[in-house]
Amino acid sequence: MDIFKLIDDFQKVDGDAAGRLEYASRRQFMSRLGNKVATVAAPMAFASVVNKAFAQSAGAVDVLNYALTLEYLEDEFYKAGLAASGLIPASDRALFAQIGKHETAHVAFLKSALGSKAIAKPNFDFQYKGAFADVFTNYKTFATVSSALEDTGVRAYKGQAGALIADPQILEYALQVHSVEARHAAVARRLVASLTGNAAMKGWITNNEGAVPAVYAGEENMTQGGVDLNGLAGKSKAAITEAFDEPLTKEAVLAIAGPFLA
Amino acid sequence: MNKMTETHEKSLKDEPQMLSVVNRRFFLRSAGVATAMGAFILGACKDDDPVMEGDMTVDLGSGDVGVLNYAYALEQLEAAFYTQLIATPYSGMSDMEKTILTDIRDHEIIHRDFFKKALGNGAIKDLEVNFSSIDFSKRDSVLGAAKLFEDTGVKAYNGAGKLIKSADYLLLAGKIVSVEARHAAVIRDLLNPKSADFAGDDIVDNNGFDMAVAPSDILAAVKGYVKTPISGNNVGK
Repeated sequence: MDIFKLIDDFQKVDGDAAGRLEYASRRQFMSRLGNKVATVAAPMAFASVVNKAFAQSAGAVDVLNYALTLEYLEDEFYKAGLAASGLIPASDRALFAQIGKHETAHVAFLKSALGSKAIAKPNFDFQYKGAFADVFTNYKTFATVSSALEDTGVRAYKGQAGALIADPQILEYALQVHSVEARHAAVARRLVASLTGNAAMKGWITNNEGAVPAVYAGEENMTQGGVDLNGLAGKSKAAITEAFDEPLTKEAVLAIAGPFLA
Repeated sequence: MNKMTETHEKSLKDEPQMLSVVNRRFFLRSAGVATAMGAFILGACKDDDPVMEGDMTVDLGSGDVGVLNYAYALEQLEAAFYTQLIATPYSGMSDMEKTILTDIRDHEIIHRDFFKKALGNGAIKDLEVNFSSIDFSKRDSVLGAAKLFEDTGVKAYNGAGKLIKSADYLLLAGKIVSVEARHAAVIRDLLNPKSADFAGDDIVDNNGFDMAVAPSDILAAVKGYVKTPISGNNVGK
């Protein structure tokens, strides 16, 4: 499977496509979701809105499939890690079980939302072509890859927010997943810091501090909204870069994720 | 214009140079924002409701400026909380906790000052906070409040995202919300280490989704912590 092929740039969605996202259908969707609908009903409603609003838009489906690809990757990673005997110490199982549970839920949600348009699960190479050869036998490697995957997820979702601006409800779902990935990333990073004795690695990203350099490229950005933040509030560059997480383009994410595909 | 003058009194007084070239450029980068700004000013001028003497209500404004002021209000609250927390540490605060909480304080101050700078003359005044319900000498009380503020920040930004019209501002909100989520996870892990609580079932639903809450509900939820009455009726509109 060629990951690059399955990704059609969502930005190809032109004005016409945006126009198809009729306000009326959104409103109907919103009211159907209503005040109190069991969360399990959401995938059905979501599937409905995706099919209605994006029936003609291959680009929108592809951006959701892009998310699904990353979620498949994470889900399979934690399933394999939790199944590997002697890998995750008993003291840390609750943490990884919770992360894995969320990734499984994200996959289920996206698959249900996309229906027949959902891509099939790719085969993965978690050894990353040899770079993480001991990923399921060495806990440090496993935790390191976990932190890198979660931070990549945060940056990937963030990078798609603007592309979803034309459809508020789908944007909101993406944001709701995005912040959960950030919660995961924070605890995974702190775990790696304690396992490796790297005090510079915190739950937040100082400059471009992280275990896998490509994942953190650009995190040291000091310009926000066109404003140079050097010296803001008398705080250090380290603190300022920690206060803002940076997005990654789809291309950059795929370059990172590519070697995970078997 | 009474209301507007009052709303902006503080920033005009304190920051006469605030509408710098940089800030103007920031504001005018997208036509959408210029429009939002226009709508904000118009909206304020059309407000014929008599502003009673002594009515200190802060109106966040409308459109994207309203959303930014909404974020600015929440960041003011968080920054004030952590500033107090570090100024009067609870008994038994470990070195690790102090490092973490000082980091978070700095992030919230940076967020607050960033919004103030970005909003320039459109920024709401400084809010008066009320932390009388928090016992700053007790770890559980303080970290419990920190958890509440961080989780609230996450669901507030998540709920405000769809109200933002400018892609640039949406991205900015995205850059900040994930940091708030990191804070929330770390605070929760301090309270209950190595458990599932960092992204617990009390806050993340069966679909693996964090919460997303509308400004009106968030403002109602934090009301007890802010002395200054806030009106957010037109945020994002």
